[in-house]
Amino acid sequence: MNVSVQEIRLSKLKFQTEPAQQNGENHLEAVSAEAAQIRAYLLSRGNSAIADRGFRWLMVLCALSIFGIVVLIATELVVRSRLAWALFGLDFFYKVFIDTYTHKPIYWDPVNGHFSALPFLYGTLVSSFLALLLAVPLAIGVAVFLTEMCPQMLRAPLAFITELLAAIPSVIYGFWAVIVLVPLLRDHLNPWLIKGFGWTGFFGDDNPTGLGFLAAGIILAIMILPIISSLTREVMTAVPQSQREAVLALGATRWEMIRVGVLRNARIGIVGAIILGLGRALGETMAVTMVIGNSPEIQRSLLANGSTMSAVIANEFAEASGDLHLSALMELGLALFIVTIIVNAFARLMVWAVTRGTPSSIH
Amino acid sequence: MRARIRTLSDGAATGLAVLATVLVVAPLVAIFAYLIYKGASSLSWAFFVETPKPVGEVGGGMANAILGSAILLAVGSLIGVPVGIAGGIFLAEFGRGTKLANAVRFTADVLNGVPSIVMGIAVYSLIVVPQGHFSALSGGVALGIMMVPTVCRTTEEMLLMVPNAVREAALALGVPNWRSVLAITLKTASPGIITGCMLAFARVAGETAPLIFTAFGNVGWNTRLDEPMAALPLQIYVYALSPYDDWHRLAWAGSLVLIVLIVLAVSLVRFVTSRGVLKGAS
Amino acid sequence: MGVGIEVTNLNAWYGANHALQDINLNIPANHATALIGPSGCGKSTFVRCLNRMHETIPGARATGTVRIGDLDIYKDIKPVEIRRRVGMVFQRPNPFPTMSIYDNVAAGLKLNGYSNRHVLDEIVERSLKNSALWDEVKDNLKKESGASLSGGQQQRMCIARALAVDPEVLLMDEPASALDPVSTSKIEDLIFQLKAQYTIVIVTHNMQQAARVAEKTGFFLNGRMVEFDSTDKIFTNPSDKRTEDYITGRFG
Repeated sequence: MNVSVQEIRLSKLKFQTEPAQQNGENHLEAVSAEAAQIRAYLLSRGNSAIADRGFRWLMVLCALSIFGIVVLIATELVVRSRLAWALFGLDFFYKVFIDTYTHKPIYWDPVNGHFSALPFLYGTLVSSFLALLLAVPLAIGVAVFLTEMCPQMLRAPLAFITELLAAIPSVIYGFWAVIVLVPLLRDHLNPWLIKGFGWTGFFGDDNPTGLGFLAAGIILAIMILPIISSLTREVMTAVPQSQREAVLALGATRWEMIRVGVLRNARIGIVGAIILGLGRALGETMAVTMVIGNSPEIQRSLLANGSTMSAVIANEFAEASGDLHLSALMELGLALFIVTIIVNAFARLMVWAVTRGTPSSIH
Repeated sequence: MRARIRTLSDGAATGLAVLATVLVVAPLVAIFAYLIYKGASSLSWAFFVETPKPVGEVGGGMANAILGSAILLAVGSLIGVPVGIAGGIFLAEFGRGTKLANAVRFTADVLNGVPSIVMGIAVYSLIVVPQGHFSALSGGVALGIMMVPTVCRTTEEMLLMVPNAVREAALALGVPNWRSVLAITLKTASPGIITGCMLAFARVAGETAPLIFTAFGNVGWNTRLDEPMAALPLQIYVYALSPYDDWHRLAWAGSLVLIVLIVLAVSLVRFVTSRGVLKGAS
Repeated sequence: MGVGIEVTNLNAWYGANHALQDINLNIPANHATALIGPSGCGKSTFVRCLNRMHETIPGARATGTVRIGDLDIYKDIKPVEIRRRVGMVFQRPNPFPTMSIYDNVAAGLKLNGYSNRHVLDEIVERSLKNSALWDEVKDNLKKESGASLSGGQQQRMCIARALAVDPEVLLMDEPASALDPVSTSKIEDLIFQLKAQYTIVIVTHNMQQAARVAEKTGFFLNGRMVEFDSTDKIFTNPSDKRTEDYITGRFG
């Protein structure tokens, strides 16, 4: 052991000990009689084990109520749709009544008791996929621009606008569509589409109103754009910076960096965001009801009137003509509930797979 | 040659992204401006103080619908806010990392995506059918149920931002757990939670689908919870689909009121989160 | 007045990690006891076992006996109760950000249901005087937020908060490690005065600090207590080679 080093250390310690020693006289404050009882007071307080346990159980109960809500919705829908289920079973979702005289299908005729979910499934799918087709490329473009290219000063206001638009009520979008979008389609876009692409069969000229699948698809696209775009942005931001740097270090251009470093790593999350957008589109009610034309038909033309599961419920539920009609609408609601639960669960898992561990924003 | 293709594709991709952004932002801003313009030019004093007039008569307002919305939202918040906050407290303070908490969180997120019309018919079946008629109460319950998952998740996220050191400080003083959660942790996160609740509030304020078969709407005044009640979005829906210009004007004005509510809520959330969601924390 | 602490066969784990192994020691009443050792040696875990804060970390547990005064704190009493008897000051100042200075200091009493304003005023003043902060804050007690003070002031406020509940033992987990030298010396002066009335256990990685404030010092290494003796003895003539290596700066 090196004695001299030790001695130097210790003498230093001694030296630095002194200031504290000098102030060593005790000057703690005197205590009044009441204040002296404080320790006794605190010791007399119980361990509040009962209050703590009660509080905890109350919180657990409220958390469990979320399961309760799901179960409640499911049971109500199941109970009220029993009549239709007993009468039609699974036929409801794929069989159609064919009129014996005209040989034309009758999909939905509440007065005569013909109920088939088919035109609504069709309308829901067509309008939702149309919306995705329009919204996804744009939403991803916006997300790429916002996360990778945008000047810092534009980022906040653009994000703000997206957030705002995601929160505008459906009925207001519907109103705008009725007043602005539908006339626009009727007078300009539809005639052009019929002239140019009428031969494909997708753009028939037998509906002069401007309402229909296309109008519904466009308004849905506008409504789900902010959601898809902000979620895509979130998963892209979750890709670690090192991934980008690694690709750039290999001499990649910015686009190659985005493609290889960012999009490839975030792809599961982006697919999740798209599916989440799909979930919204499937269940969207008011705006669609206002512009789709509400006729229970299956038509190839995107300019034709149609209806969706949610739209028919919104339109007919309040004045349903009898128990069977109500029950059939309830069954449509149940189907919508199950489908959106599955779609949302799937999408959430995908988004979580990418963003886990990074703080997310409020939705 | 290859290098040129790479530079070109880089430029093309950048161009497309910018184009997409312009294509999206320009019409969206245009829609937004249109809504504001239409609403602002349609607003009048009568809108806030008068009830709807019968078809054919000019004028009238949505005073009863505004009051109705306020009552429905109050009932909804009374249900949705406490239950949601309590659920959030469970997720952040008691359940962290447990399977139950993960399941609750997941279910809340999934429930958030369930269409509001489905909530509407479920509550119809739950309350309106047994009661025998439409009622404000059922509308409030539907809105309340819709608020629960949002409030719950927001509360959780805000509570998670409270530093653990603050919880430890309270624990180390021998403060009972329930008291430290309410008086320390929840209070510290309260600015964030309050604005989160406001956002949930603003969102359900515009919900129409769950009210069609519950609150139903009402052309006159009503303050009774067991009677049908008017609501702003319901009134907008009815007037928007009418052929009368005068009713359209009222609908625009109503839309503006809802939009202002939403702009306020969203900006408040932005403002609070950018300043830090915690009271006094640096 | 403070009470002594008697620790027998204390073991602690974080999940599978055996963080403290068979600790035995007696901490004398109304003295300052310092615990030194390299980071990760278990000294912080040890003090957190003395008020059962250790077990609040998910997956953490402890076995063994800790007697504070005449109570076995793992058997006779609930965590909430023992924490009212044993005050704690943390490594980083942790004021309640929503509360004024006054409310911060009174928190331990108010949140335990005590409401006599007159007595609260007296206790807040006394605690702040005892933590040498009174003169700096007395004018803005109820106006200023506890979080708006400087780091050193915050830490003294946290000490006042711990003193306000009149504990029998005061645990300090590296109370000065996040502070500047001036604040550090103020806190050391404070410990020197407080130990007349409280049993103080202070964790520090700063050996000079241990030498300045404590009568007794324990040296921890890899989850074990290597040596526990009077501070003089530890620093001048340690009996264990590892202690000697540590205080002469051979490692850590």
